[in-house]
This record gives sequence, C-alpha cells and structure tokens, in this order.
Amino acid sequence: MENLFTWGGGMWGGIGLAVLQILALVVILLVCIAFLLLFDRKVWAAVMMRKGPNVVGPFGLLQSFADLIKFVLKEVIVPAGANKTVFLMAPIITLTLALVGWAVIPVAPGWVVADLNVGILYLFAISSLGVYGIIMGGWASNSKYPFLGGLRSAAQMVSYEVSIGFVIVTVLLLVGSLNISDVVHNQEGGFWNWHAFAFPTIFVMFPMFVIFFISALAETNRPPFDLPEAESELVAGYQVEYSSSPYLMFMIGEYVSIVLMCAMLSILFFGGWHMPVPIPGVDGLPSWLLSLGGLLVFMVKVTFFFFLFAMVKAIVPRYRYDQLMRLGWKIFLPTSLAAVVLVAAYATFTNAQMRPGFEELDANSSGALEASELIAVTLPAGMDRDKDGVISWNEYRRNAGAVN
Amino acid sequence: MTLIAFYILSSIVVASALFVVAARNPVHSVLWLILTFFTSAGLLVLIGAEFLAMLLVVVYVGAVAVLFLFVVMMLDIDFVALKQGFQNYLVIGILLALTLLAEIGIVVAAATFGGGTTFDPNPGGVTNAEALSNVLYDDYLLLFQMCGIVLLVAMIGAIVLTLRSRPSVKRQNIAQQTGRKRKDAVELKDVRPGQGIP
Repeated sequence: MENLFTWGGGMWGGIGLAVLQILALVVILLVCIAFLLLFDRKVWAAVMMRKGPNVVGPFGLLQSFADLIKFVLKEVIVPAGANKTVFLMAPIITLTLALVGWAVIPVAPGWVVADLNVGILYLFAISSLGVYGIIMGGWASNSKYPFLGGLRSAAQMVSYEVSIGFVIVTVLLLVGSLNISDVVHNQEGGFWNWHAFAFPTIFVMFPMFVIFFISALAETNRPPFDLPEAESELVAGYQVEYSSSPYLMFMIGEYVSIVLMCAMLSILFFGGWHMPVPIPGVDGLPSWLLSLGGLLVFMVKVTFFFFLFAMVKAIVPRYRYDQLMRLGWKIFLPTSLAAVVLVAAYATFTNAQMRPGFEELDANSSGALEASELIAVTLPAGMDRDKDGVISWNEYRRNAGAVN
Repeated sequence: MTLIAFYILSSIVVASALFVVAARNPVHSVLWLILTFFTSAGLLVLIGAEFLAMLLVVVYVGAVAVLFLFVVMMLDIDFVALKQGFQNYLVIGILLALTLLAEIGIVVAAATFGGGTTFDPNPGGVTNAEALSNVLYDDYLLLFQMCGIVLLVAMIGAIVLTLRSRPSVKRQNIAQQTGRKRKDAVELKDVRPGQGIP
C-alpha cells in the first residue's frame, strides 16, 4: 500500500495509478463476465439439447451486450409503496460489494490491486456483507414475494457462511498466513502441492474443497440452492419488483460474486496461477511474460469452476428449504469443524520446529520431537517451567504476570 | 492524507450514530447502525489494526446486524404505540447518556493529558493478528478457554430453555427420504394395449 500511494512522484501519482489499476480490473472483469454469462447459457442449453443464444453476432457472442443495452434503455419502475432510497440502494450495494472483493485477488504473480496482510479475512468479510443487498431489496419492495425471498436468503447465507469460514480456516492453518499471495505461493511446484491434492492432507482437504464448492453455490444463491428466487414458489424472489438497470445491477452483482467464488476455489485449493506441472526453463523469461502466463492459467481454472457451476445449475434439481438448512447446519458445520481440529493438530505437530521455544521442548536435542516430548507441544511455549507436562496454577499465574 | 481520511470517516461515524437514534423507521435505524459499524472498521484500518477491523466487519456487520435486521424487518410496527411511554424512560435515558458521556470524557482526558498510552498497531515487530494470538493463545490461554466454556454453557442453556418438544408435529425422516432407492419407488410394468394393468 505504502509503495502504491507514492508511485510516480508523490501521493497523487500513486492514487492515479491505483485508480487506473482498479479501472482496468473492473473493465476486464465485466467484459469477461459478459462472455461467461453467454457461456453459462450455452452450457445450460447444451445440456437441454437446445442451441442457446445464437442470433446476435457470430455464435451469439454479442448476446450479453444486446441484453445490457436492452436493460439500460428500459424504464426504471419503483413500486408505489416501496421505500425508494433503500429500494434503489440495494442493487448498488450488491454490485459494489461483489466488485470490491476482487481488490485482493492476485490474478497473476504480483498482479493484485491491494496485497492486504489480512486478505482472506477481507474476502470473508466482504462476502458476508453480500446478504445486505438482497435483504434490503426484499424489504424495500414492500411486497410479499420479495420479502419472503429476502428472508430466505438471509437465513441461507448466514448458515453457509459458517462452514465457509471453517473451510477457509483449514487452508489458513496449512499456510500460516492471512495473505492471499502467500496462500498461492504455498502451493507452488505442481498439482501435488495444491491444497486439494497435497499428500497427507488430501484426505481432509479434498472433502473440504467439496464442502467449499457446495457452500459457494449456496452463498451465491445458485441452483440447486436458488431458494431466494425460486420461480415455482416465489416468482423471482427479491427481484420481483425490480426492472431495468437496478435489475441489471443485481444480475451482474450475482455473476461477479459467482466468479469471485470460482476464483477463491482456485486460489484456496487449486494453486491459483500455478501450472499443474512445473514447466522447466521458464525462469529465464521476463517477469511480465510469466505474469501473463499465470493470468491465463488462473483464468482457465476460474472458467473450469464456472463450468462446474453451470453444469450443477443444469443438472441438479432444487433443494427443499429444510433440506438446505439440514445440510448446512447438521452436516457441513460438524464436518468442517472436525476438519479444523484435524488440520490444526497436523500443523502443530509438523511445524513444531517453527515454534518459539522449540529448543526447550526438544529435551534430548535430537532436532525432532519424540512421543514423550510431543505432549508438551500442546502447551503454550515456555509456560511449563518444571517440565512435568502440566501447567499448574502457579506457573500460569507467573506467566500471565510476567507479560504485564 | 491520513488526517483527511480520519476526519471523513469519523464524521460519518458520528453522523450515522446520530441517525441510528433519530431515524423514525427501525429498519432505517439498523441500516444506519450497519454504516456506523462499517465506518468504525475503516477507522481501525486507519490506525493499522487491520485484523480487528476485519473481525468487526465479519462479526458485527456480517452476523449480528443481519440478525438485528432480520428481527426488526418482521416486526409489525405501530408508530403510535412506539412513541408512548417516552416520558417514563426519559429520566433513565438521560442518566445513561450522561454516564456514557462522562466515561468517554474521562477516557479522552486521560489519553490527552495524562501522558496516555502510545498506540502501536504492530507491537514488538509482529503483525497485530500475531500479537493478538500470542496474548490469547499463549499468555492468557486458560482465561480464554474458560471464556469459551462460559459461552458454550450459555448457548446450551439458551437452547434448552427455548426447546419445546411437540409430539403432535409431523416430522420428516430425512434419512429415510435420502436413503430411498429406485426399486422402492419405481416399478416397471409391461402394459399391453387395451388390457391395462391387472
């Protein structure tokens, strides 16, 4: 951040650069989304043995842009009983929050708008805010179906955030950092180092990847969890009263957050910009070329996950609401909690050398911890003064007093 | 630069906190409250405590305020009834407000004139997330875990107090539903024309 704001002769040059980066990211992202939207519809059509949109432009490539113009040129209708300010703010909030999340996504080595130290927490915070756009839109419409849709979505998103949080914690425990670039660097050197496939943890992390994928579907209100907008029950849920540009913003916001989830999947579990197999001899190439290659690999991964999202939408029937809640609270939450415990134990025992006070723990100075010494790893560093494997009250008091 | 950001953010915090009280519609109140939380997180980022800022957003804005909004939205609000009894609570309200004001005054005075405590977002050269975890998980581990147990007891107590078992309600057996096989549900019959199924 410090460097960014002082680039090119002082503060304003730095701000100008930051604005340029943000603009470039948003424009490229939105153009990609336009084509991904078409891709989504094409996949969906292919599963149903239709052709999908094929009239505007070659193969219907310009369909999304035609839709965009159509939405923008329509009349904005605000219902008479609606709470006008909140009604119009809801789609803006949805779109803004979906776009802000991209600020910390490293799309290629070094290509990130804001390389925050707490990047993952930031992403988690932003995605937990996404519910507000929907809930505000549902309430402000002053109509029954939107309101029910808003309530459903609030409950659904809060429920699945819990398991998403725990899955993220498992990844963080393996990495030991909250910085997203560090998460990607940790998976360098081939697919056998990716978090989803790395050897001893694969038995925990691959199921965690599956849980994250399903929770991401629920978090973004995608089928089979699109209950907030289930057309057979709620017409279109919270979007019923929206038309024209506000509706467009809701739709773009939804797709941006879906692609954000795909990006998170590829960063957390599938190595981000790293190739599945390291290519020998690329180290001599200029760094911008490497970054461009990384960007391509990253985009391919994101598109792959987007394809999975589209296939799920086409194939899986919609869940019932009680089944959704049961899955979130009774299956995903305990499973991910157990995984956190397992991964935490794994990280504690394998990274013991990194720990402060390792020399004290390693009583016979063998450089590794044997079973008799291992028990002390679970105790805070340096607190067990008489080395009996238990922290007595006196030891605890003395340590807490020493800190103050 | 930091000073400009501070003044903008803090004036937003004060103004939106004022609107939390002043807004007539409770839902608007909650929305202003959310803005207050969010902007305070911005203030925390400004002093370098990013970890606390993110926690504030995740916990308060992402979870607590959602539940507030959830409950308040479903209230059947009668504005006349809401206004009644205002005078009964006026004295207590003013007393509470004065106490809070005095406390804030004492804190500000102590920090300004009493030498105060210097604030270091990265104590001892480690990031504040790491520093916090050192305090919570090493120095005060026992107290921290006891807090967790107290919360667990409170949670279980709340669940036990509000759990009503109603035997008259028909429940679905999910295991039975998901364990259903094709052969339990579908039977193929070879139907001949004009004869139907015997």
